[in-house]
Amino acid sequence: MALQKRKDHILSGLKKCPTGIKGLDEITEGGLPRGRPTLICGSAGCGKTLLAMEFVTRGITEFNEPGVFMAFEENAEELAVNVASLGMDVKELIRQKKLAIDYVHIERSEIEETGEYDLEGLFVRLGNMIDSIGAKRVVLDTIEALFAGLPNEAILRAELRRLFRWLKTKGVTAIITGEQGDKHLTRHGLEEYVSDCVIFLDHRLINQVATRRLRVIKYRGSKHGTNEYPALIDETGLLVLPISSLGLTYPVSAARVSTGIPRLDTMFGGKGYFRGTSVLVSGTAGSGKTSVVAAFADSICRKGEKCLYLSFEESPDQIIRNMGSIGFDLGKWVKKGLMKFRSVRPTMFGLETHLVSIHKLVEDFHPTGVVVDPVTNLSSIGDTDEVKVMMMRIVDFLKNKQVTSVFTSLTSGGSAFDQSEVGISSLMDTWILLRNIETDGERNRLLYILKSRGMAHSNQVREFILSDKGIALRDVYIGSGTVLTGSARMTQEAKDRSQELSGNQAAEHRQLELRQQHLAIDAQIAVLKAQSEGIHKEMKQLSANGHQKNKMIHQQKDDISRIRKAD
Amino acid sequence: MTFLGFEKRTKEWKFKMKTEKSSKKQWELRLYVAGQTDRAVTAFANLKKICEEHLAGKYSIEIIDLLKNPKLARGDQIVAIPTLVRKLPEPVRKIIGDLSNTQRVLVGLDLRERT
Repeated sequence: MALQKRKDHILSGLKKCPTGIKGLDEITEGGLPRGRPTLICGSAGCGKTLLAMEFVTRGITEFNEPGVFMAFEENAEELAVNVASLGMDVKELIRQKKLAIDYVHIERSEIEETGEYDLEGLFVRLGNMIDSIGAKRVVLDTIEALFAGLPNEAILRAELRRLFRWLKTKGVTAIITGEQGDKHLTRHGLEEYVSDCVIFLDHRLINQVATRRLRVIKYRGSKHGTNEYPALIDETGLLVLPISSLGLTYPVSAARVSTGIPRLDTMFGGKGYFRGTSVLVSGTAGSGKTSVVAAFADSICRKGEKCLYLSFEESPDQIIRNMGSIGFDLGKWVKKGLMKFRSVRPTMFGLETHLVSIHKLVEDFHPTGVVVDPVTNLSSIGDTDEVKVMMMRIVDFLKNKQVTSVFTSLTSGGSAFDQSEVGISSLMDTWILLRNIETDGERNRLLYILKSRGMAHSNQVREFILSDKGIALRDVYIGSGTVLTGSARMTQEAKDRSQELSGNQAAEHRQLELRQQHLAIDAQIAVLKAQSEGIHKEMKQLSANGHQKNKMIHQQKDDISRIRKAD
Repeated sequence: MTFLGFEKRTKEWKFKMKTEKSSKKQWELRLYVAGQTDRAVTAFANLKKICEEHLAGKYSIEIIDLLKNPKLARGDQIVAIPTLVRKLPEPVRKIIGDLSNTQRVLVGLDLRERT
């Protein structure tokens, strides 16, 4: 039994210490290696201190593990103020004796060095803090500051090695932060001493937009996500997104969601989009993309469900006003809390940050429908590949959440219609194309469904008409081998009608003629009939007369013979 | 085993200092150690020697053993051991190491110009 137990213990492998930081525990599959030091490195302002502080405070509040924070760059007061904005009440935790902060500061100018020394003072301070609150977690925030304070690097290195070993024997899970160096991960090569787990935070500029990323460079004895994951610092702290690890295993639904346009629903087999799928509405400028998505958003709220409207172009008020002009009162839904707008310029922050904030919004608001209008604007802050990757992440994420998403995509004048600007068409389950056609001095809108996975859908082109009563779809004129829209369609229809009318009249006329002929003939027939009857009568008369005559002749003959007394 | 006599002697010096209140320059020195290590003993011996030579009758030395009073390390921002802190005269000066290089100790205590 005991043997079995020990074996289990060995097989269970490395114990993890959860950080409580959203996403980080998923990437590291459970947290940092328990009882070992972890190195967090990155350039200035990448969020090292914040991550470390969250590790300690969340350790206290979520896992009841007291922690020690040894700061080399900021004093306790500054630290408390800095993280207070992120909702961490450091002072309260210190009062509860769950957290201990020590500020270690060495002023090089007031230090003279003579002979041998060690860093026992640091050990004593740390050890004292750990023991006083029974700490399980320790942070040394940029211990490299010692290199600036103490001149003898050889001693320092030897002592650091001793320190990390000592931390291990103390059984505490430690985070050591380090500034990014030129050739090494850290300026003074701390990775040489802290080799169990190394996490790299990156804060880079892409097209003048700052983006945070996090990567687990190594993790001894454990499997971990190796990609760069987008990270974000918001009012609740650090947030890491293990999105690219999402697989294509999302659940699918056969339920349908109305498009908000009855005629369009008809085109989708009478029911609309599949729930939880992604829809792309693409078209040139002014082709009515926003109107189509507004109809969708409106229909979602009408059912009492929630819709998130992400606009990269217009302010919420402008959208509400504009959509009011075609009969969609979106303001009403906003007041009811069913619709939430988020309007930001894409250049506000990087793609990753957009991604993270969309994530957060969806997690917090729980919409069943999401509108992104337009996705093409994102290309101004990243190249096509990046935008595509981001879109893929958004689409996968929303599908996993069973959220129906509608994206609009602006097709610029010159490019092919059936090519979406950011190369995302293959990600989409349904694609509605809007086109402007210009004929006879006017511009008309056309709508058709380019694809819709997994359902019978209309192959017909419809004319798309916006009015103050809403959106209407009409059949286009497809008689006489041409397709006509707008006033041309109406003219042609009027023409057709008049043609039809004159045709009818001709037929009526002919009918009248024929009827008259018919009557004339009938009259003739009557005359002839009368004549024939006359003849017949006469014939009868004649034959009757003949009989009488014969009779009379016979009579006379009899009379004569009687008189002659013939025998 | 000279180390065991530390505290006793310190008291003596303090006493001495009190009797010489008239003296203008008061030197208040603190030596931080962590346990009775060889290095601490060496540092103390070196310090005593220097003080006797250059500050005879004008100084007091307080020895602080961090293993006994770990909390005291914070106040003077002690990291390295041993550290000698010149509390008075101001400004505060720190000298780390076993004080084996007399010249540098003197420079550190502002008893000699930097060269």
